[in-house]
Amino acid sequence: MNYKSTLIYLIISTLYLLTLKLVWIILSVLQGLELTNITLETNLILGLSLSLLSILFGNKINLLIKNLGLSLVFTYVFYVINNATPLWFYFGIFSIYFLFLNNIRNYDLKYLNQPHVIEKVTFKYITLFGIVFFSLVILFPFYIMLVTSFKTQASLLMNPLDFSLDFTKDFKEFFKSYIVVFKTYNFSRYILTSTIVSVGTVAITLLFAIPAAYAVARLNFFGKTFLSTSILIIYMFPAIVLVIPLYTIFSQLGLRNSISGLLIVYTATTLPVAIYMLQGYFKSIPKEIEDAALIDGHNWFSIILKIIIPLSLPAIASVALYVFMIAWNEFLFSLMFLDNPKTFTLSRAINYLSGDAETPRQFLMAGSVIVTLPILLIFIYFEKYLVGGLTSGSIKG
Amino acid sequence: MADKLSKIEKRTAYALILPAILLVFSIILFPIFANIWISFKEVELKDIRIPEPRAKKIIKSIPEDPTKLVIVYKLRNSSLLENITDVKLKDKLPANIEFINIDPRCNFKSRTLLCSFGEWKAKYRENLEFIIYNVNGNSIDKKSLKSKKPKLSGKADNILLTTNFTLNNFKKVFFKNDFKDLLLTTFYFTFFGTLGAIIFGVLAAQLVNQKFSGRTFMRSILLFPYVGPVVALAYTWTLLLDPNSGTLNAILIKFQILDQPINLLGQKYLTFQFLGIDLKLRLALTTVIFFEIWRYFPLAFLFVLARLQAIPKDLYEAADVDGAGPLNKFFNITLPQITAIISILFMIRFIWNFNKFEDIFLLTGGASGTRTLPINVYEQGFAISNIGMGSAVSMVIVLILIIFMISYFKLIGKKANEL
Repeated sequence: MNYKSTLIYLIISTLYLLTLKLVWIILSVLQGLELTNITLETNLILGLSLSLLSILFGNKINLLIKNLGLSLVFTYVFYVINNATPLWFYFGIFSIYFLFLNNIRNYDLKYLNQPHVIEKVTFKYITLFGIVFFSLVILFPFYIMLVTSFKTQASLLMNPLDFSLDFTKDFKEFFKSYIVVFKTYNFSRYILTSTIVSVGTVAITLLFAIPAAYAVARLNFFGKTFLSTSILIIYMFPAIVLVIPLYTIFSQLGLRNSISGLLIVYTATTLPVAIYMLQGYFKSIPKEIEDAALIDGHNWFSIILKIIIPLSLPAIASVALYVFMIAWNEFLFSLMFLDNPKTFTLSRAINYLSGDAETPRQFLMAGSVIVTLPILLIFIYFEKYLVGGLTSGSIKG
Repeated sequence: MADKLSKIEKRTAYALILPAILLVFSIILFPIFANIWISFKEVELKDIRIPEPRAKKIIKSIPEDPTKLVIVYKLRNSSLLENITDVKLKDKLPANIEFINIDPRCNFKSRTLLCSFGEWKAKYRENLEFIIYNVNGNSIDKKSLKSKKPKLSGKADNILLTTNFTLNNFKKVFFKNDFKDLLLTTFYFTFFGTLGAIIFGVLAAQLVNQKFSGRTFMRSILLFPYVGPVVALAYTWTLLLDPNSGTLNAILIKFQILDQPINLLGQKYLTFQFLGIDLKLRLALTTVIFFEIWRYFPLAFLFVLARLQAIPKDLYEAADVDGAGPLNKFFNITLPQITAIISILFMIRFIWNFNKFEDIFLLTGGASGTRTLPINVYEQGFAISNIGMGSAVSMVIVLILIIFMISYFKLIGKKANEL
């Protein structure tokens, strides 16, 4: 038996189990549970003995029976020590034990005798810790955003830890923040504006970018190399430098507080990257098809329309989604150009709401959910395309 | 034939590319030059409205005599500061109308009233009244009289177009604006934000590059912070970190890690002892940097993951045969393969973080020691309304970025030559 590696395995796995439990305890506390009598020492001992038992049993007995049995026994011990909390909390503890045992199913005394085993075990656990850490750090704020929108300001100020939701309330009470946000704060108008601006930006950008990208990718003309390099350099120019001159020019032209002004700026700022992304894809389309079409007497416009666009739909989808995301999330220009509530986009409207210290936080969070949900749903549904767009164009941020 | 074809090709190319070029030129390149121009001028927000002459036409009837009407032109100079010279009014009236009294500055010919006023001082106001009557003796149709609006013209100095320049803005930027502190804060924010995002990105990529159940799900959620709108995320974090009723402080106090809530976004310094030395940490700045890392590590993750998945598997298999451990594999195989992408990422992220405005603005508004150069552009230009100063600060940003880019390319270029 390799004592050193066994000991290290025991320590790390116990720490991992403790982390899992801690996350579960924090989440339970946020449901309003009072978990004050859980101590570190008992949990350390529980964790150590569970990991030890697991490697001692090894794979001498059926894995499922071993995992289920051990989890049940340890959950019962945990219940006896801590006592008196609702059943669902113990169900979570049971799941954690089961998951943990499943994670360490490959380890037994034989395994721990292999070379490099300490490194391997450590790496394995770093991965496991990483999964827990990243999931928690990323999802927790989104969870808070969602749950806060269903609470009331008073109850949150009284107990900032109680995020339990009362599902017995009737529909109108439960969605009250959303109803208020739509009725008194006019969010349906902002959703419309944001949609018009984002979809409009995508349409105009594609309209301008596809011909330009085709010209850069295929045709020979004077100044081509200069142009294609300057596209990227222009793209790197910071928006904050453009804000003041654009503000003054737009003020004098009367384009501030107008959707068309916003559309112009968004289109111009996304055009360089759209051209850059599209021309890369167009170059990968075999040229022979176009040559054949040219001989058949098609002109360049019909080549773009009938050959290039149908062949590069995936790339166009990537660009469209990426541009949509930029336009939907954009804040700086909408902050500078819009100060009339009639022309607000969603982001600007939420910023405006937060400017009033009296606005209850659940309304602010309801607004945040309204602006976040569409873009996340689009992302999940079209993930393949959007990731394509991000990797080819997302030097921007 | 070939010559003709290439001519057509050229012409088509220009036709295809011109709309995009014009748009980009007018919205990006032209403003950059305008910015240079403005930064040498002392311009304030209130100066940028061009003064213009305005007139409102009001028609009054005279009860005793229905064939006559009174026309009043309410004239004013829209600007409170600037004079307008050579002001002219032009108004077309319906047929068969004559004037009873006419102002000496005006004349009425072929249905058109023409007045020239000369100079209007700032804040100038005047009510110009005429009585008109119908030649036929009928009553005058008020509607047709009202339907035409008077046209005014005048010449005024547009402060943006004059050619008096000054270096005052730049002097102020460098000597009266806590420039050193601004620069340091910006560099801290940019450097640590970039570094952190890359470190976490590499860790996350290394994680997702392994096999475990729920891997695709993990890959999706890792991109959430980047895909979500900055406004929503920043406000969520502000709520989460709130000292009085924020969840984070409440949890830390509940588990007895803290006795007192800390204002992570509102406290400039945190003093603590480490090895007997008093250390001062820029607390609010650190929090903002962590938010920045949280929001942008997904990008680094995406790029590094793409690179990791392109590393040939047999490299690792060969290392297994040689008996190399995971640590060895990481440092000798993985890391050399991703250094190129990391250095590119570092430069690109550095540039974008250097210009980052929204995140800091939404979290702290630049208070408690988080004032970076982009925040200062906004403050100077819109909070203090000194547009010239704002432009000057943004020119400094551009300058620093250009210097950074050139030196970085020289450095990386040298390394590439050595290899």
